[in-house]
Amino acid sequence: MVEKNRPQILVTGAAGALAQQVINRLRDTCNLVAVDFREQVYLGDDIPSYCIDFNKRSFEDLFRRYQFDGVIHLGRIMSSQLTRMRRYNANVLGTQKLLDLSHKYHIKRVVVLSTFHVYGAVAYNPALIDEEAPLKSAGLSADLIDSVELENLANIYLWRYPDLNITILRPCNIVGPGVRNSISTLLGMERAPVLAGFSPMMQFIHIDDMADAIVLTYNKTQRGIFNVAPQDWVAYQHALKLCGCARIPIPSIPPLLPRMILRTLNLRSFPSYLMHFFKYPVVIDGRAFAREFGFSPKRPLKEIFRFYRENKKPV
Amino acid sequence: MGLTSILKSRLVPAELENHINRIRKPIGSLGYDPWGYNNEVMKYGFSLTRQIYEKYFRVEATGVDKIPSEGPVLIVPNHSGQLPVDGLLIAYALASREKNPRIPRAMIERFFPTVPYLGNLLNEFGAVLGDPTNCAKMLANGEAVIVFPEGIRGSGKLYQDRYQLKRFGNGFMHLAMKYKAPIVPVGVVGCEETIPAIANIKPLARWLGIPYAPVAMPFVLPAKVHLNFGDPMMFDDLEIPEEQVTERVEQVKAAISELIDTGLSERKRLF
Repeated sequence: MVEKNRPQILVTGAAGALAQQVINRLRDTCNLVAVDFREQVYLGDDIPSYCIDFNKRSFEDLFRRYQFDGVIHLGRIMSSQLTRMRRYNANVLGTQKLLDLSHKYHIKRVVVLSTFHVYGAVAYNPALIDEEAPLKSAGLSADLIDSVELENLANIYLWRYPDLNITILRPCNIVGPGVRNSISTLLGMERAPVLAGFSPMMQFIHIDDMADAIVLTYNKTQRGIFNVAPQDWVAYQHALKLCGCARIPIPSIPPLLPRMILRTLNLRSFPSYLMHFFKYPVVIDGRAFAREFGFSPKRPLKEIFRFYRENKKPV
Repeated sequence: MGLTSILKSRLVPAELENHINRIRKPIGSLGYDPWGYNNEVMKYGFSLTRQIYEKYFRVEATGVDKIPSEGPVLIVPNHSGQLPVDGLLIAYALASREKNPRIPRAMIERFFPTVPYLGNLLNEFGAVLGDPTNCAKMLANGEAVIVFPEGIRGSGKLYQDRYQLKRFGNGFMHLAMKYKAPIVPVGVVGCEETIPAIANIKPLARWLGIPYAPVAMPFVLPAKVHLNFGDPMMFDDLEIPEEQVTERVEQVKAAISELIDTGLSERKRLF
């Protein structure tokens, strides 16, 4: 039987490690429903879990049945997965459907997970990029358009329907046990590619810290867009060294050459359209989020890198 | 003892290591700051620059103690000599001073981050992409920032135009006013003679995507360099029209011009 005084929350992207961390933090105090469009995952008898496409009509049935109070939307297909068109359908159109339904069923709190990739890696990026900075990634590659579109969409709903209380989080590189994104794969490899002569500054947040950040966000009704990143920085090649990865340099000039090489290699962890992120820094300023939500990450970089160093074989 | 530690003990003596360590920088747990400055690499850079500063250019610095010991400050010199040698020497003068040394941040051309190896190396030594947001954030962090308001107009000028100040941008003045940062003018004499250029091949520069392509000797001449630091200039942060901001910029320009003249009159020989 569903207890009435506990908030009902829909968590998307349930097959991902991050969503499962968030679910573990909330399951004692909230009634959760987990969905994912990739696979159905078993999360215990107390949490109904569905494999469902947001664009299908049956998705609305969940809203009718469970009367959600809030939505935590973590189900973003990463840029290294699926084709551009399928990503667009899932990330942009799927999110639109989700937000429309949230509005229709009077949801009071929505947290949307975005990414720092939206800022785009360009040579002229200043460090400590604020939330107000222009989103340049769409100009760099068509493969990143869905990330920017997803944000634009969430932004429109943020202002058009203030009752939804939408908060958009733009985290830096999320890493740690179970994370399957491209940077986590790179750090876990024995040998990782680098662009010769380029070692941009990067930020990393441990998956546990990110899950804490999402829970903090959900629990404080503060609309807006926030970067999430610790106040700590490291150069990409130095990070690889600390993770025990041998570095394989890819010629970086003329710029056409590395693009050709990466397209030919077609590595999932080092795709050509993310090439600029391994060339120029995208250092974001997470201080506004830390201030507003009282967030301070607990896992230092050294601990993160130790995990990768000690788990070189597939986890 | 490994090769790295032998090299380090040779290049970075304990006394230098202590000197750098006592300069407090807002860095993260792995020694980096958001702009890519790295405390460990800096020690090697400092050691190499000492040789260049003391032996090659035999720099004479006057009035480096006029730079405040803490808080935001803009160090504004004239720019010359094709390569950013002037910024390096000013940075070393401030980092090596006995009393309250500071590691300043030099704002560099937008072209450098696109150059493999060099761009990262400059960042690790503390140089930062010359973007107003970067400068603003660093002043807010209480850093000492070296800016060249002449930009490439200054560094790329020909030998026939030596010691003539080119047009100054107003950006640095707006930032100094907003962050209540004093401006320390610096007159650099000698860098004009390090790489005298007789012409600039603009089409070649455009083709290579670099700011200028000077016709000059392919090495840096060991000219003697004089650095004259002026008194800090303070400007209030009142809302004033751009015309008055330009007047304030002209005051700084005049102060630098005076410091250059002093340097030139005190200079006994070119090399």
